[in-house]
Amino acid sequence: MIWNPNKECMSRDEMHALQSRRLQKLVNYVYHNVPFYRNKMQEMDLSPEDIKSIDDIVKLPFTTKQDLRDNYPYGLQAAPPSEIVRVHASSGTTGNPTIVGYTRKDLAVWSEVMARCLTAYGITRNDTFSVSYGYGLFTGGLGAHYGVENLGATVIPTSTGNTEKHIRLIRDLKITGIACTPSYALYLAETLDKMGLTKDDISLRIGAFGAEPWTENMRKEIEERLGLKGYNLYGLSEIMGPGVSHECECQNGSHICEDHFYPEIINPETLEQLPYGTQGELVFTTLTKEGMPVLRYRTKDLCTLMEGTCACGRTAVRMGRIMGRSDDMLIIRGINVFPSQVESVILECNEFEPQYMLIVDRVNNLDTLQVQVELRKDFFSADVGGMLALKKRLADKLKSVLSISADVRLMEPGSIERSQGKSKRVIDNRKL
Amino acid sequence: MTIKQLSIFLENKTGRINELTKILGKHGINMQAFSMAETSDFGILRLIVDDVERAVEVLRNENFAVKVTEVVHICCSNEAGALSKVLEHLTNSDISIEYMYAFAQGDKANAIIMPNDIEKCMTELKKCSCDINTL
Repeated sequence: MIWNPNKECMSRDEMHALQSRRLQKLVNYVYHNVPFYRNKMQEMDLSPEDIKSIDDIVKLPFTTKQDLRDNYPYGLQAAPPSEIVRVHASSGTTGNPTIVGYTRKDLAVWSEVMARCLTAYGITRNDTFSVSYGYGLFTGGLGAHYGVENLGATVIPTSTGNTEKHIRLIRDLKITGIACTPSYALYLAETLDKMGLTKDDISLRIGAFGAEPWTENMRKEIEERLGLKGYNLYGLSEIMGPGVSHECECQNGSHICEDHFYPEIINPETLEQLPYGTQGELVFTTLTKEGMPVLRYRTKDLCTLMEGTCACGRTAVRMGRIMGRSDDMLIIRGINVFPSQVESVILECNEFEPQYMLIVDRVNNLDTLQVQVELRKDFFSADVGGMLALKKRLADKLKSVLSISADVRLMEPGSIERSQGKSKRVIDNRKL
Repeated sequence: MTIKQLSIFLENKTGRINELTKILGKHGINMQAFSMAETSDFGILRLIVDDVERAVEVLRNENFAVKVTEVVHICCSNEAGALSKVLEHLTNSDISIEYMYAFAQGDKANAIIMPNDIEKCMTELKKCSCDINTL
């Protein structure tokens, strides 16, 4: 099934024309409403009239996460505050979260693209759908929620936590679809086992999984253990949230909702646009966004783009699996974690040397983060209680900055390996 | 008189105590008593040595986090109920013990005590049937 065949199956020429019109309008809009973009364009001696088609996008400046942070909280917002009806936030690397404001129309676009995703997975208004992304500042929960409602299926806003109760609801309400992180899906499968139930006791048939990298092997395991078919759901809060791209029944890459989010692949070193089929950094321009539109936002996700009509009938460009990051961001339990966030917390504490190591692992399908820090000699307090309190203080601070809990390990001074040049701060033992 | 005890921060890592004792041995520092408090990821070694200052210097040079604390060393007779008498007295004087370690040899029993109030503890101990050692 296709939610919006007019847009999703548009001919490439029509799409090109639509994207061109929308880009021109967008550039005009940000030029006149966002000083950050106006200044950048003026520096480049570029005026909105220079953008005549979508192909001129290469002339436009890039936007980075750093730009969003530097303009905290509302510096990049284009719409007046009275038009903003919702704000989401994602964690920032130095304490400043990234704030994204949505207008009523933005929310309508979001539930439209989410409905396209869900329809592509095979969800219909007859389904009962559990949204098990976190509700709140994170875009996952509410983003998926409004998509399910827009589609007309029944939404069960389970959010995360209390997994046994969740499984009882899945069984008793005959929930047929679920959106969550792939690692949470595996955790659900385990809990199902523990409760003495099997996939035959539940009626799940479709899963929309995203917010963290996953592999074909994970997909097979989730599908086998929960008795459903799992589809990839991609998105990021800076662009919209979940719904930027989605798989279809062909599962040959994820279709990008290209009439709203224009994708490019660039070489992260030279910033040159690369042709389809070449791996590079994924960049998005929000063609229709009003609240906080972005020009050429560098996602730092590495992948390839594929063109050509899909066997499902959709014509939109597809993105391949995310192959890695062009920065050092980690995704742990669906949450973005930068080593620099940990560093800034440690640097604020006199008790520790500015040396640390992050050990990431996956134990029983759940990501774990261990933070090793060196105790400063002068702050060794000689009593176990004092040391445990110190450890807890750091763990609490990390939790408040990272939004996930970390296992803090106190290490002897000088015990973490010092490297020459670029230091190695992360050991990721997850087999992805 | 109180005595000086070394506390040393150690990661839980195979061979770490061995490394430390090797360093002390190499520098001719003799250990009199020794106790280890451990948590899941680190331990604190309590150590009584014959030459505190040199031990601190040597260990700090080897990058150990070392702290010197005052503790009480008592010696009582090695017979049933002897330590209990001392502790009973401390309890009645409202002195609590944060940690202690003990060993007995021949007719003497030794205990290292870290009380919450060291001065009061010393005063009270003088009223007990035990010796306060200074090493």
